[in-house]
Parts: sequence; C-alpha cells; structure tokens
Amino acid sequence: MSLSTDELAAVVARDIPAGSYVNLGIGRPTKVADHLPDGSGIVLHTENGMLNMGPAATGGAVDPDLTNAGKVPVTELPGASYFHHADSFAMMRGGHLDVCVLGAFQVSAAGDLANWHTGEPDAIPAVGGAMDLAIGAKQVFVMMTLFDKRGRSKLVPACTYPLTGVGCVSRVYTDVAVIDVGPDGAAVRETFGVTLDELRERLPVPVEAA
Amino acid sequence: MSRARVLDTVDEAVAGIEDGSTVLVGGFGFAGMPFDLIDGLIRQGATGLTIVSNNAGNGDVGLAALLKAGRVRKVVCSFPRQSDSHVFDGLYRAGKIDLEVVPQGNLAERMRAAGAGIGAFYCPTGVGTPLAEGKETRTIDGRVHVLEYPIKGDVALIAAHRADALGNLVYRKTARNFGPVMAAAATTTIVQVGAVVPAGGLDPEAVVTPGIYVDRVVRAEERHYTVQGAR
Repeated sequence: MSLSTDELAAVVARDIPAGSYVNLGIGRPTKVADHLPDGSGIVLHTENGMLNMGPAATGGAVDPDLTNAGKVPVTELPGASYFHHADSFAMMRGGHLDVCVLGAFQVSAAGDLANWHTGEPDAIPAVGGAMDLAIGAKQVFVMMTLFDKRGRSKLVPACTYPLTGVGCVSRVYTDVAVIDVGPDGAAVRETFGVTLDELRERLPVPVEAA
Repeated sequence: MSRARVLDTVDEAVAGIEDGSTVLVGGFGFAGMPFDLIDGLIRQGATGLTIVSNNAGNGDVGLAALLKAGRVRKVVCSFPRQSDSHVFDGLYRAGKIDLEVVPQGNLAERMRAAGAGIGAFYCPTGVGTPLAEGKETRTIDGRVHVLEYPIKGDVALIAAHRADALGNLVYRKTARNFGPVMAAAATTTIVQVGAVVPAGGLDPEAVVTPGIYVDRVVRAEERHYTVQGAR
C-alpha cells in the first residue's frame, strides 16, 4: 500500500535527527510537526520570524500577532525567540538550519527543484521564501506524491517547470518511495507497496538501490 | 536624521506623502499590517505608488483597500497570490498593476542593505531560476552568487507594539516581521503603535528598533482581523 499523507509525514519525522533546527514548508510538510517524537529537542523555525514554534493555536489561544508562514495561528514553546525578517533569512542562507521540508511540482534526479510556478500564462507567480530555503538549509527534503493526477512522474530527468533552485534537494519523500537525489542521480532508499522493479517501469529516470 | 515626532492623528502622520512614492508597507499577511496608516494614506490621496511588502493584500482591508482605491502602480513582493488576494488578482489579470516578484529573503536583505548603506550584495538565492535572469553573477568560494541591489523607500509605514517618546520601538511576536528592516530603509518612517510611553518607559535592552530610524509615531487602536487560513 502507498502511504497516506500522515503516514508519509511520520516517515519524514522519523528521519529528522534529534536536536535539529527545522523549517517545514507550507502545505503537506506542515504535517511533519504532528509526528516529531516528544523529547526529540527538534526546534521548528518559521520564516516570518520565530524559533521553537509550537502547534497550531485553537480557541482562546489564537493570537493574530502569532502565525506561521502559512498565516495560520500558532503557539510558542518555552525557549521560543522572535526576530525580524532579515535575521530569519540570514539563518537559512547562512547555513544554520539543519533541515527544511518543502513541497514540489517536480524534482530532477540531480536535485533541481521546481515548486513555485507552473509557468502557465494566467498563473500569478508567488515565490515566498522557497528559493531562499532551497539554497540555505543544510539538507532539503521534498515531500510530495510521486505521480501527479494524470499519472505522470514528478521525479524527472530535468524539470520543465521554472526552477526554484539548482541541485538543492537531497532526498524526496513520496507516497510510494523514498529516493535520494543529487549529482550521482536517483537512488531508492525504501518503497511502499511497490517493488523496485515496478517503480523502475514507471519512472522516466534510472534509479539505483541505495 | 532628526528626532522622531509623536503626532496626535493618523492624518498628520501620513501628511506629505507624494504621488509616485515608493512605500514600504510592513506586515506578513495581517500580522504587523499598519491598517490605520494605510487608511490614512487612502484619505491623504497619494497615487501612482510603488508598494514594497511581503504580500499584495489580503481580504478587503489594509493593503488590499489601498489597491482597491486604485492608488498603486506597482507591487514588489514575494507572495502575491493567496486564497484571499482577490483584489490584487483582479487588478493584475486586468493589466492594471505591475508586479515584481522577489524571493522573501532577498526582499528583506535588499531593504536591510538600503538601511545599512550597502551598495549591493552577492547572494546565492535564485541562481539558475527565472528570478535571476539577466542579473550579474560571480562565483565565490565555488558557489554562484547573484548581484542584488538595495530597495530603498521614500516612506515606510509600519506597525509596532509600543513606542517611547524618542521613537524607540518594541514589537509583539511574529508581528515584528519586516518592521525593523523597513524602518531603516526609508527616508521617512511612519509608525503606528498601540501605546506611546514616556522616555524611560521601555527597557533599553529590549528596544528592537532604535528611534534614530523613526520619524513619526502615532497611537492607533490595535485592530485585529480574523486570521485567514493557509493560502
């Protein structure tokens, strides 16, 4: 069986080393926070200026001055800190974040990332912090479905959508496989509900066993 | 820069903003959005503005209201398209507004550079992407960097939590966001705060934006709109 989004989020959470500073992108990656083990000491960064962000706020805990990058109300954990935007992005660009988890439209076998713009003429481009995160974190994990709604692979020989970053992704977590990407090409670490051979038949890029 | 003035009304605070100005507008979505100053700017009437802000307006208030009033020629931002950016979307699709998309970190750092007197800087963000096309590059320590120029404002409109009589500012939680960077990057920095305290009323160790960056301060009721959901 392929993994549900929650099951996949748990797999990503499992692979984040204890004590890491981590940024979780908007959308699917946000769910990773729900699966980080208690006591892991993992500190969440949100690019709008906070470290040690807590879970989403509900009811009386909602504070309009305290949101995550998706503008969803969140909470602060003991030991939280606030800082302005230039500091927040200096943390990324300066290589201080251990891991970021981003969504993607496409990832190439070499680790190029396309996740901000479909390039369609009527689409309004919006990049947010994706380009800064992609080149800044020490490890960039992508979390996505491996195939789009029409069954096309989102792991590609070369991205056809406009790029977010070149050679920046280290690993892709998908509903059917976890795949390392980079200068040496794609290597499958584990599969969910498919064999490596079945996967090879469906992918447009050669994949090794990791 | 002369000492900050604490003014009685929002209309005094935004007086004199000229047509065609570049206005830096604080806030990340609604958090830190200077709603009263923007409403004041709408009343004041300046038009043909270039707005530099993270987003291009949410809902129908704040920056969205300024756009709706037809005062904005161009938006420079990182993330215009959101679930509630209908005002911007309509203007953009009708060809009535220009858009320059800037990666969020570059947006912040380019304003920081303007405030710090840095002529330009090399940055690895965006290398190999459409947003770096045509820009000068240099390889530093084996990594390609793109040359980025400062973004300076004629005016900054920002919101802070408290000011003292000298214009020293403290912020609250993630509403800080672009405020400190924009305060330094504009010729005239105008701040709305929830309360003004006497000199000595803020812990000097806790001041985030020193008053040297601030020109005008006005007290405004803290307004909070329903926080929107994820994009």
